[in-house]
Amino acid sequence: MKIKSIDALLNEHPFFEGMRPEWLELISGCGRNVAYRPGETIASEGKPCNEFFAVRRGQVAIEIYSPGAGACTIQTLGDGAILGWSWILPPYVWMFDIRAIETTHAVHFDTTCLRDKCDESPEMGYEFMRRFAAVMSDRLRATRLQLLDVYGNSGRAHGSG
Amino acid sequence: MHTEAAERLVPTPYVVRDAWQETHNVVSLELAPEGDGVLEPCAPGQFNMLWAFGAGEAPISASSVGASGSAVLHTIRQAGNVTRALCAAAPGDVIGLRGPFGRGWPLERARGRDVIVMAGGIGLAPLRPVLEHLETFRDDFGRVTLLYGTRSPEDILFRGELENWRGRFDFDVQVTVDTAVRGWASNVGAVTELLPRAVFEPERSMALLCGPEIMMRFCIQALRGRGVPPEWIHLSMERNMKCAVGLCGHCQWGADFVCKDGPVFPLDRIEGRLSVRER
Ligand SMILES: Cc1cc2nc3c(=O)[nH]c(=O)nc-3n(C[C@H](O)[C@H](O)[C@H](O)COP(=O)(O)OP(=O)(O)OC[C@H]3O[C@@H](n4cnc5c(N)ncnc54)[C@H](O)[C@@H]3O)c2cc1C
Ligand code: FES
Repeated sequence: MKIKSIDALLNEHPFFEGMRPEWLELISGCGRNVAYRPGETIASEGKPCNEFFAVRRGQVAIEIYSPGAGACTIQTLGDGAILGWSWILPPYVWMFDIRAIETTHAVHFDTTCLRDKCDESPEMGYEFMRRFAAVMSDRLRATRLQLLDVYGNSGRAHGSG
Repeated sequence: MHTEAAERLVPTPYVVRDAWQETHNVVSLELAPEGDGVLEPCAPGQFNMLWAFGAGEAPISASSVGASGSAVLHTIRQAGNVTRALCAAAPGDVIGLRGPFGRGWPLERARGRDVIVMAGGIGLAPLRPVLEHLETFRDDFGRVTLLYGTRSPEDILFRGELENWRGRFDFDVQVTVDTAVRGWASNVGAVTELLPRAVFEPERSMALLCGPEIMMRFCIQALRGRGVPPEWIHLSMERNMKCAVGLCGHCQWGADFVCKDGPVFPLDRIEGRLSVRER
């Protein structure tokens, strides 16, 4: 079986869609192909975060552990998702546990390497951050909807139907 | 008063033939005519007014077109007095029915198109007849996607049907919940998060939405973001009702009466009013 290069894999990922080929080539130098089995831990709360993942295929759970209640899944992410932005801002630690639910294939990025490349090419760095901001904004919007508990019992939350 | 409309204000007695718990706060009732009076069957998306004697009346959509003979099926979530009384009904009890009312889902228009069904919570109930229709006339439609969001795994409605639809190679069924403990092997997150993974051609799709209004507003943004034109997005609107026949004005919403011009509306007709609050 022919193994695809990292920039070929990135080309197929929605986050990198339409990015200049020379940038993709540069970025791919910081990436490596990874795979996780169901149940395997991908990241742990409180551990240093110098990485992020571009999920190609599979499904992962973002979890938080609370004593007494056990592990609670806050969100699941699948094909085409971007995982982890704690590397962008201090204190650069993972805020949640991440666990594979299904066999998950992803590109893992070393963000120390990536930051250096962004410093070398601010235009690329800007484009990269713009895309990250869009992902964060989408995720924030979805989380707000989730927090509203629209299907709950309070007020007119049951919807038509 | 117009005689036909007046006649439609009088409930027809139906007896509870069967009643079962769908979840901790949702009950389905199979209702059969008690005497000679029989209502027309509801088209998908239409509703009946259900009268719980001693408690009052509530608009409830048909939740299946599959009930046998002249029976009707309704799925009810406990919200307040009336729905609590309806949920407590047992086989043999009598309920008053008026209907069918309103305009349902425009399934004829959807022929040949990809269909995206987005349901939230009890909103899956008025959409189940749509999925039954799509199953029966599967070849008349393009890709079929069901995206269903609810509160927790315990709140999932119609598990058997969801499994059947998921088992079909020609239905893409995705369920998500707002919260779950470890062990839940499916999606957690808002229903809108399921949309990017759904495969459909936005320009030749029809989206059908039913759920809490807030959820539908988020879904609209996500669908518009994918390029689905507003005239191909349809929503079932929740507005309080009294007469259900366009007489009392209780459900008036802009130029429309939700009871007779809706409850299903195309987005291009109502977009400007979506944020207008109920009187
Ligand atoms: C066209 C239509 C179809 C519907 N189909 C179904 C269905 O299939 N299954 C189902 O369980 N429910 C359905 N509903 C909602 C149902 O009619 C209401 O939950 C019910 O009328 C509430 O009455 P209640 O006396 O039990 O509660 P109330 O004491 O009147 O109200 C309890 C809570 O529900 C809210 N509420 C009251 N009436 C409505 C309403 N019409 N829509 C939304 N929220 C309301 C109130 O603001 C309050 O917060 C539908 C509503 C409409 C308009
Ligand atoms: S409920 Fe009376 S006009 Fe609609």
